[in-house]
Amino acid sequence: MSTHQPPMPQAPAAAPDWQAAPGGPYPGYTSPIPVVRTHLGHALASEWTKIRSVRSTMWTIGVFVLLVVGIGLLTGALVEANSDSTSLSGENPLSFGFFGLLLGSICIITLGVLTTASEYGTGMIRTTMTACPSRARVLAAKSIVFFALAFVVTLVTSGFVAMVHASLLGNTGARTPTGGDWFKATVGISLYMALLGLLSLLIGSVIRHSAGAITIMIGVLLAPLVLALFMVTESLDKLRQWLFEYSIPNQLSVFYANSLTESGPSGWDPLWIMIGVTAAVYAGAYALLQNRDV
Amino acid sequence: MIELDGLTKRYGEKVAVDHLTFAVRPGIVTGFLGPNGAGKSTTMRMILGLDRPTAGDVRIDGTHYDRLKDPLTYIGALLDAKAVHGGRSAWNHLLCLAQSNGIPERRVAEVLETVGLTAVARKKAKGFSYGMGQRLGIAAALLGDPRILMFDEPVNGLDPEGIHWIRNLMKSLAAEGRTVFVSSHLMSEMALTADHLVVIGQGRLLADTSMADFIRTNSRSYVRIRSPQPERLLDVLHQAGITVVEAGGGALEVEGGKAEQIGELAARYGLVLHELSPRQASLEEAFMRLTAEAVEYHAQAGPGPVPQDWGAGWKGV
Repeated sequence: MSTHQPPMPQAPAAAPDWQAAPGGPYPGYTSPIPVVRTHLGHALASEWTKIRSVRSTMWTIGVFVLLVVGIGLLTGALVEANSDSTSLSGENPLSFGFFGLLLGSICIITLGVLTTASEYGTGMIRTTMTACPSRARVLAAKSIVFFALAFVVTLVTSGFVAMVHASLLGNTGARTPTGGDWFKATVGISLYMALLGLLSLLIGSVIRHSAGAITIMIGVLLAPLVLALFMVTESLDKLRQWLFEYSIPNQLSVFYANSLTESGPSGWDPLWIMIGVTAAVYAGAYALLQNRDV
Repeated sequence: MIELDGLTKRYGEKVAVDHLTFAVRPGIVTGFLGPNGAGKSTTMRMILGLDRPTAGDVRIDGTHYDRLKDPLTYIGALLDAKAVHGGRSAWNHLLCLAQSNGIPERRVAEVLETVGLTAVARKKAKGFSYGMGQRLGIAAALLGDPRILMFDEPVNGLDPEGIHWIRNLMKSLAAEGRTVFVSSHLMSEMALTADHLVVIGQGRLLADTSMADFIRTNSRSYVRIRSPQPERLLDVLHQAGITVVEAGGGALEVEGGKAEQIGELAARYGLVLHELSPRQASLEEAFMRLTAEAVEYHAQAGPGPVPQDWGAGWKGV
């Protein structure tokens, strides 16, 4: 009864009655719906519908905007109220956007993780992979849609805060920001934040568990700095210095040229570092996605 | 048309699906039957490319699932009604699926109408009852108007009206020339819907046969007798050349439809009968006999390979 390969009277070759039916070797129902050869564009449209149709997206982005703009305006007002005409002499007035973005990064991390991990939590991933069997395409579409959304939102909010700061702090002795300052404090920081979110999205795909992935990413964000704070012995000095310099908050501050340290990453270094890390994790996430069962 | 060729899935030492070879043909409903844990869902996940087979091959109209460019127009599947994001509305859930396959947006409204969810199209899926979730899953399966449909335990948790609806839906889909592949662990359900039957147990193929053949081979008729004078009755029947089996509880069973003959014999020899009833063994019993060796999770209620109460509720096929 448990033979592995029982006789199969229905094997294709033995059933010419339907084999010869119209519609090629696989007859049956033909749908009136036109057949479309799908491409990445279809997956992008699908992922865009997904990301805009859940409330967690609205919440995380709403809180992000609130934090960046709110803290930005508060900091600007506080600094302006407590300054005379020379207290900020020679400083970059855009650098006060840092605090809002540092807190806001937690929202970007959360949204990034939820974009992938929530599909595993709800089981939606099986539906997604059934609709689009190319796992590479699914990961690419999610990454592009999320990256674009995170970039645009950060660009608009950080741009707004930067403009407010530039005009508000004009008579505190702060220097007029150069084109390079503007570019780094808006486009640069937005690229960095969107990459940080993309990294979270990939970690979400690897861990497949929302809470776990968010915890890991917040650890990555804050742990190096917190550890460094308590490394008071001299023997750990080099490690301490390294943790400080390459912690994500310090990398963020490099975009405003007010790094915690004099050495370490400078200029556009943080962006290159983040691109490298994200690319490596992308490759890992892709390999795992390709090989694991959904 | 779904073709499986030596399909195998191992999880470590455990073999979930063991060299399955069969084909699911268009125009009929094919039932996929097996006890819990037999490997039905794993097989269906491999058909959809969700799980990678350890060995063997499965093709949809001659193509691997992951080579299909617009899979939803080839094959629609209901694997798990809970495979939706609860925070998304039914409309948006179907819309994102339609977009990923280039299916026109009007189909979303059409399938919602088909499954009767139009009124709650804008409601979040997490507020849906189990039956509504099942209907949403079926809407997703129908979205691409596919040639092949696959349903994993579609009637589980549905009310009688929903069960009736799904049965008719499957029959009408097959009548349109589509391939319909539906799994169940209830023989009674399959007897009502399926034209062809594939039975598996512990991942192995146990039967691949038409429903009519299965019924012909497996439905056993017998006569059940109870008497306060069993020894004399046994002698009488033995002399008449009738084979009798003791069925426990003081009852005797005789294969075949000889109730009249036995009644006349009893009358001739002045024997008292308390029961003389022609019986038909149910398909459920035939299925249980077939899979008895292969049932993975036995209840601990009885001795023997099949506990006495196993499936007791289904015997009225």
